[in-house]
Amino acid sequence: MKNSRHDLRILGAVIVLCFLGSIAVVALAEPADQVVKITAKMFEYSPNEIKLKKGVPAVLEFTSLDRLHGFSCPDFGIRTDIVPGKVNTVRFLPDKAGTFPFHCDIFCGEGHEDMSGKFIVEE
Amino acid sequence: MKSGIDRREFLKLAGVGGVVFASGLSGFAHAAENKTVPEDFFFVQMSDTHWGFKDEKANADWSGTLKKAVASVNGLETPPDFIMFTGDLSHTTEDPKERRKRLGEFRGIISELKAKTIRFMPGEHDASLDNGEAFKELFGATHYTFDHKGVHFIVLDNVSDPSASIGESQLQWLGDDLKTRDKDAMIVVLTHRPLFDLYPQWDWATRDGAKAVELLMPYRHVTVFYGHIHQEHHHMTAHIPHHAAKGLMFPLPAPGSAPKRTPVPWDPAQPYKGLGFREVGTRIEKREYRIAEFPVTKG
Repeated sequence: MKNSRHDLRILGAVIVLCFLGSIAVVALAEPADQVVKITAKMFEYSPNEIKLKKGVPAVLEFTSLDRLHGFSCPDFGIRTDIVPGKVNTVRFLPDKAGTFPFHCDIFCGEGHEDMSGKFIVEE
Repeated sequence: MKSGIDRREFLKLAGVGGVVFASGLSGFAHAAENKTVPEDFFFVQMSDTHWGFKDEKANADWSGTLKKAVASVNGLETPPDFIMFTGDLSHTTEDPKERRKRLGEFRGIISELKAKTIRFMPGEHDASLDNGEAFKELFGATHYTFDHKGVHFIVLDNVSDPSASIGESQLQWLGDDLKTRDKDAMIVVLTHRPLFDLYPQWDWATRDGAKAVELLMPYRHVTVFYGHIHQEHHHMTAHIPHHAAKGLMFPLPAPGSAPKRTPVPWDPAQPYKGLGFREVGTRIEKREYRIAEFPVTKG
């Protein structure tokens, strides 16, 4: 009986420590990702002007509404195919401020050359 | 044999501007001693005719420009040995029937060219929506090689795959072809898109172009001629020069000079400005090419 009371005290102390530890981890964690949902269709992205915060990881979730498209932003060295019927995800760190164009890099028809957009990364 | 090259006024530059590039002479000295030097010759590069494009804001003479260029090529002082069209013969369309119609009309117009040999390759407007199917029906293979008077020509297809890739299979084919060549061979690569990252922000690149350049790098006398960007442009990757040609329907802005790669508006005060074709003269003994740029309407 005495032992079990002692065990309970130890267990309680462990729980308290774990709780305090998790608070500390949360406090030290990176800021939450910036998630942006983008649709692609002939011949536009929506939205095509995307504001991001510098230094905060961004997650781009692309969906195609018609055919195969591409997404490429050479300034950040990122690209993906945008395959219809699934969410195509790109994660990157906008580590510089400014305006950076992106475009469709899979030829998709007569308006292909107009299928573009830009990231505006703010400090 | 007198080639006629010396009668012409060629602008000669070293690295930028209108013309020329030479490489070493080492391997050629042997050929000269053996009296096996092939004769010099000319070929003409025509590009980006975009037949089917009908926007008068970009070309008020969209129906007549190609015909005028054909007449100008036919009027060249020395007829070229052959003419090479470096892609985007037609302007893209979703309709496969219309695509074939445009390619057929293009072929009808250029049939007026006097040159006996005319060669073709597709651009993304011809081939990317059907993986080159219509092009192959009307013009044949999208990548191939040929030899002419001592120069080995390699036509690379970086458009039938809509992702602007050459692809592993074609790269293997290129590698196999190059393995049979002497490192001093004169090699000309003809392609539509730039093989290097000219301006990827406008899709002016080939996704796996660096792999092709890597395969070409051991060869000392390689020159690349391409189209796609509708303007004259010259670039070196190590010792390999890359020369972009003007188009024959609408010019595009200089890389990165405008928010978008939209056609430069037609200027009634300077019609056909920014459009034209080029003549390439080989100087076999010097292992160099001289490029002369011509406007659509050659005087």
